[in-house]
Parts: sequence; C-alpha cells; structure tokens
Amino acid sequence: MNPIQARTLEKVAREFPDAILEVEEFRGQVTIRVRKERIREVCRFLRDDPELEYKLLSDLCGVDYWGMGLKPRFGVIYNLYSLKTYQRIFLEVRVEEGEGVPSVTSVFATANFHEREVYDLFGIPFEGHPDLRRILLPEDWEGHPLRKDYPLGYEPPEFSFSFRTFREPGVGQEEG
Amino acid sequence: MAFVEERTKERMVINMGPQHPSTHGVLRLELELEGEIVRALRPHIGYLHTGMEKTAESKKYIQVIPILDRTDYLSPMINNLGYCLAVEKLLDIEVPPRGQFIRVMLCELNRIASHLVWLGTHAMDIGAVSVFLYCFREREKILDLFEEVCGARMTVSYFRIGGLSDDLPEGFTEKVWTFLREFPARLQEYEDLLTKNPIWLKRTRGIGVISAEDAINLGLTGPSLRACGVKWDLRKANPYSGYENFRFFIPTGTHGDVYDRYLVRLEEMRQSREIVRQAIENLPDGPYNADRPDVVPPPKDQEGKLLAYGRDPEIQGPEDMEALIRHFKIWTEGFRPPKGAVYQAVEAPKGELGYYIVSDGSAKPYRMHIRGPSFVNLQALERMCVGHMVADVVAIIASIDPVMGEVDR
Repeated sequence: MNPIQARTLEKVAREFPDAILEVEEFRGQVTIRVRKERIREVCRFLRDDPELEYKLLSDLCGVDYWGMGLKPRFGVIYNLYSLKTYQRIFLEVRVEEGEGVPSVTSVFATANFHEREVYDLFGIPFEGHPDLRRILLPEDWEGHPLRKDYPLGYEPPEFSFSFRTFREPGVGQEEG
Repeated sequence: MAFVEERTKERMVINMGPQHPSTHGVLRLELELEGEIVRALRPHIGYLHTGMEKTAESKKYIQVIPILDRTDYLSPMINNLGYCLAVEKLLDIEVPPRGQFIRVMLCELNRIASHLVWLGTHAMDIGAVSVFLYCFREREKILDLFEEVCGARMTVSYFRIGGLSDDLPEGFTEKVWTFLREFPARLQEYEDLLTKNPIWLKRTRGIGVISAEDAINLGLTGPSLRACGVKWDLRKANPYSGYENFRFFIPTGTHGDVYDRYLVRLEEMRQSREIVRQAIENLPDGPYNADRPDVVPPPKDQEGKLLAYGRDPEIQGPEDMEALIRHFKIWTEGFRPPKGAVYQAVEAPKGELGYYIVSDGSAKPYRMHIRGPSFVNLQALERMCVGHMVADVVAIIASIDPVMGEVDR
C-alpha cells in the first residue's frame, strides 16, 4: 500500500468508523468494502477532500459472485481517480439479489450511464437514480445477461433449414 | 410576427439516427428542438450490443484478445495492449524492453491512424469532403504497416499476454521511417486546409463548450478533457508499458470547444510521431516475450517448428518434445492466474480505456469489464449541445469521436 492509499484509508476510517467492512489489497490496488448505506457519503467525502481530491469516477461496474459462492451475491465497484495525486482507490458495495444501492449520480454525474448499465445487465436497482432504464438491451428484454445464472444458448435460430425435416415431415420436429 | 414566435417556442422532438451518416455508427439521439435550437438531448445506445463482456467469460484468457479488436475497431492495438497489461498485472509478468518498445511504437501508429479517421470524418461532417480522402490515404499506409507486422489490417490481435505473437518482420523499421519522414508534410497539408479556414473556424469556435469541472464530473477523458485545459494523460500520469522512457508533451486547450479539441488532437498526432521515432531509434535487441513458459507459447523457427526455450534458434534440430507439450498445454488448457481483481487503464485515442478483470483462479476470466472511453464521453454530449443549432450537434458528435463498437460492446 503506497502512502496515498494508506492516507485515504486512514481518512475514511476516521470519518466513517462504522462504514468500512473489509480492506483488500491485490497487486497494488486497494479495495475498501463499505456499508451500502454510506456509499454516497464516502464518495462525496473523497471527492471534496482537499488533500485527496478523488474527483473522477473513472469506472463503476458490477460483479456477480454467484459462481464463486460468495455472500452477498453482487458487488458494485466504484473506481475513483484523483487528478491531483494520480492514484486510484476502489470502493465496493455488496448486495443480495433484489436489494438496491444508493445512486451516486448526485455526487458524480458520470455515474448515470454506468448505473444504468449495471441495472440493465445485473438487475441491481439504484435508489435515487434520475432515469433508471435499460441502456444496452431493448426495453422488453427479459432477464439480466451478466448474471452468472442467466441461461446460455437457448435462443432458437431465426432461420433454420434441414433436409431431414424437408424430406420426411415430422422427423426433425422433436429435435427442435 | 406573434404567430412565428409562438411557433418557434413550440418544442419538437425529433430522432437523429440510428441510421444517420454523421452519428458515426448506430447512435440515436432524441433531440428536443425549439426551432433550430437544441433544448434537450438524450442519447439512445445499444444497437451494436453484442455482449462482449459475457462472451469473454466463456473464453480462455488468450481467446479474449480477438474479441477486443472489435470493440473500438479504430484502435485495435491499444485495446489489445490494455487487456494484455491487465492480465499481465494479474499474473505479475513484466514484458522485456524490446516487447515494450514494439508495443509502444505500434500503439502510437495506431493513435495516428485513429485520429486520422476522426479528422477525416469530422471534416466531412462539416462539409470539407476532400480532407477525408487525404486522411484515408495516410491511414492506409499505417494499415499496410499493420498488415506487414501481423497479417491483418484492423483485427490485429498482435499483442499477446506476455509479449507479442511474433517479432517485427525484416525491414519493417525502414518502412516506418518512410512513413515518418513524409507524415509531417501531410499533417501540414491538413492544417493548411482547415486550421485557418474561415468556414471551419465559424463552425467550430465557441461550439460545444464545456468547462473543466463539468467535464471531470461527467467523466470526460482523453483529448476532449485536455481541450478544457486539464493536463492529464495516463501515459504520463501512470506510465505503463515503458512510456516513462519516452519524451513527449501533453497538448492542452483553453476553451474546451470543438476547435480546441481539433487542435489538441492534431498536436497529439505530432507527439505520437515523435514517440514512434524515439521507439525506432532506441529499439533494443533481445527477447520480446516474457520468460514465462507457463504463459507464453514456445517460439517457432522459420518452418513453424517449435523450439526449446533457451536454445539457440540457429541450431536446427528435431522438434523439441518439451516445447511441443508446453505449446499443446497452453493452447488447450490455458493458464490459471491467482484469485483477485485488477484494473488496468491505458490512454486510448478517445480517452481512458480500462479493463477490470476478476479472476477466480480458473483459466477463464470470471468477469471482464471494459471501461470504454466512448461510452462515458457520450454522456457529456447533452451538456455540450444544449443551446446550439442542430447543425452544430453534428460537429460536436464528431469532436468527441465516439466509436459505437466500444459504446455498446
């Protein structure tokens, strides 16, 4: 952990003593798991802190830990970047299926599209989002494809032609 | 008179796209107009969604590379670099200097090519069709270089995890030199056509202005952010792949309008040329692949025979059995990085391109998220367009240079 990451962690821990659940470090990256109710305040604090200035929400993405057997099932990862210190810090919020996460669009306007994408592909609702609609998939799409339990390969081919069904009616039908 | 005023105050909602020549692909904009003035703008995306992030979850790490050529199809090299660096971070691999220099050289050539497409289409959208033809002439030469190096012009997949798929072909650097020698004159030609052109100035100056603060809040990155005066480039701020060895400067603008974005990108092309020149002049000898037999497939000789690690390639012998086994294992089983999550960002022509990869210890990425700059930059479109004319929307879209393959993924 480099000095700036350590300082960030120290400041967050002092400001929000009850919000930090876990701190992970891997390959020089620090991920702070925070309580989901406090995520908006933690983001605002890191953005406005004059020493750290994490002003750019570089990325926001979802992960479904279902296949890894972790509980709670979904993770939402906030990737904050400081244009002053050139350092990154990762925040993570874990939620169960159906649970909502407070939206950070009021802190970072850029979260709008990102949160819509996570909502679209994972089905995690964001509370307080101004315009929570599907973004990449059609509005009438069923399910959330980036979930690990989303069925793969069940889409029937639109045009199929088989000589067997053509020659012997009724033969190929049970094959689908 | 009163009637006319009443009519213009009436708001009209019209669709621009998804099939519109100036939306650079299948971007659909819902414009709310008051006469000719844009009052609100809502982008609708997803027409090109192919589920690349989902596809990647069922591919081995190395098989993901060809998918990424197709995200931002104008800068395949840089897409591949970002992904390879992310997986290398996961595996804790450092590519040797020769590999790094070749990567930097090709990435910067790719940046020039991508900016040339932007310049050509941007100028064409505003009405200067001839610039498009000139730009594509130069881009063609860069694509020829790519073809020489890996056999493909756009879907390159040249960078591999741990290095490159092959060394540079013989006589390649001379060909790059030829390009570098004639490029500044060509660039001057485009500048002569546009930079002081009164029509160009009228169409671009003071159009699509965004302040630095708004831009950062909206997540704008790359040349569009630098045009607002923010001196931030990932190649300098968090150097990767040996960028700390190169000398170049970051051009910035002052007004944050379409014209400044144009000037910033033009200067970036000059800087990229400078980086390519330094890369060729200082191209080190030695291996181009990392010394990791569990990740990098064994090298081959001219006839395609697999060579043993550490053996002099001059010595021709029977095919090495160890190498064959390792080759087979890498291509059938892949490799298994440790559990964990990494994020690696690179400076793509459009902005920050990042890959967030979660590994569960298997041979396939558990989750791969692409942070596409075009996707994020598109959000700033509304802030830039509101209050301008419909015709300016065309200029503003071109100035943030979205590639829909990356927006929709």
